[in-house]
Amino acid sequence: MLIEYAIASFFASAAFGIIYQAPRNTIIKCGLVGMIGWVIYISLVWGEVDSVPATLIASFVIAMVSQMLARIYKTPMIIFSVPGIIPLVPGSLAYDSMRSFVQNDYSVAISIAAKAFMISGAIAFGLVFSEVLNQIIKKIRQTKAQLR
Amino acid sequence: MEDTEDLIELCLLMGKIMQQNGAETYRVEDTMTRIAQSFGRDESQSYVTPTGIMFTISPGAHAKLVRVSARETNLEKVNLANNVSRKIASGEMSTQVAYKELRKIETSPTDYSMRMQIIAATLASGFFTIMFQGSWYDFLPACLAGGLGFIALINFIRLFEIKFVAEFVASLLIGFTAFSLFSFGIGKEVDKIVVGSIMPLVPGLLITNAVRDLMAGHLISGLAKGAEAFLTAFAIGAGIAVMFALF
Repeated sequence: MLIEYAIASFFASAAFGIIYQAPRNTIIKCGLVGMIGWVIYISLVWGEVDSVPATLIASFVIAMVSQMLARIYKTPMIIFSVPGIIPLVPGSLAYDSMRSFVQNDYSVAISIAAKAFMISGAIAFGLVFSEVLNQIIKKIRQTKAQLR
Repeated sequence: MEDTEDLIELCLLMGKIMQQNGAETYRVEDTMTRIAQSFGRDESQSYVTPTGIMFTISPGAHAKLVRVSARETNLEKVNLANNVSRKIASGEMSTQVAYKELRKIETSPTDYSMRMQIIAATLASGFFTIMFQGSWYDFLPACLAGGLGFIALINFIRLFEIKFVAEFVASLLIGFTAFSLFSFGIGKEVDKIVVGSIMPLVPGLLITNAVRDLMAGHLISGLAKGAEAFLTAFAIGAGIAVMFALF
């Protein structure tokens, strides 16, 4: 089952790489980044972790991998992180909440919408955490270099 | 003095290309400041919002403004602009050469043909249905609905020139395709089909960027992107809702 999800998320992320016009030689890497993120997310959810922390961890890993790839290929990080993060985006929750609104089921709609908002926040936090960590590592390296 | 004007124009064009094609707000500001710095201007100031960029090269100098009207996501252009900024920073490129290069990037055609983008959106819709725990029976109907929706979106954006109307009509078409296929007995769960096929339209990236801009202290950018995302989500939701009411 996990392999099925891995394949689906690989192609979905790579396809988004094409929709967002990522450079041709990065499309496969975009797919891989998306796959890594989704496999981590789905394994955590199956391990009964709540979807908000699961999203946070997955997006943190996506950002770290994207930063690594960005450094290797000398490109901006968003080329890998944008298509990679797409599978985590709470599109289905947004739809579910809109559907409940239409069916006049407001209390359910609001609670799902809040969840969607929390997950978007978790994605953003994951991205920011990895950037902060990256900056800390950079600073430590700089001070080490200065001490020598 | 002429040199200063060239430099200002260069910074603004760089910012405009990056902002137009989906770079993060802080990165746009950072790049503009760095270019100015690499020409010895340490006191430049920039103010970047999703709809316009203001830039001044030094205190007391005049400020210039450039309007950003259309926004899309084109990572290739962000990458090319980034390469130019790297070359400027390492002193390999003069202002004039860099400006010409950026003009070329700004007007360059997209790397992928329309057909290829449509195929990508079609496949993405199907695979998202699988990822959201749909069955393989839902794969083909989701592809069909998502592909048609994407074709409608890119054509109607040209026709209406108001993005949100195009998104509304595209999601009407998605809803119609999904629900009618389902009523003919094609597909297992109509919810999964719809969720997968609206994914190419969903403003997920905008929502995430909005939250991120807010956290970074770019309050105006964050709120503007949030508003744009909300309108898009509303247009999609409304389109699907109409079909819900009809079927």
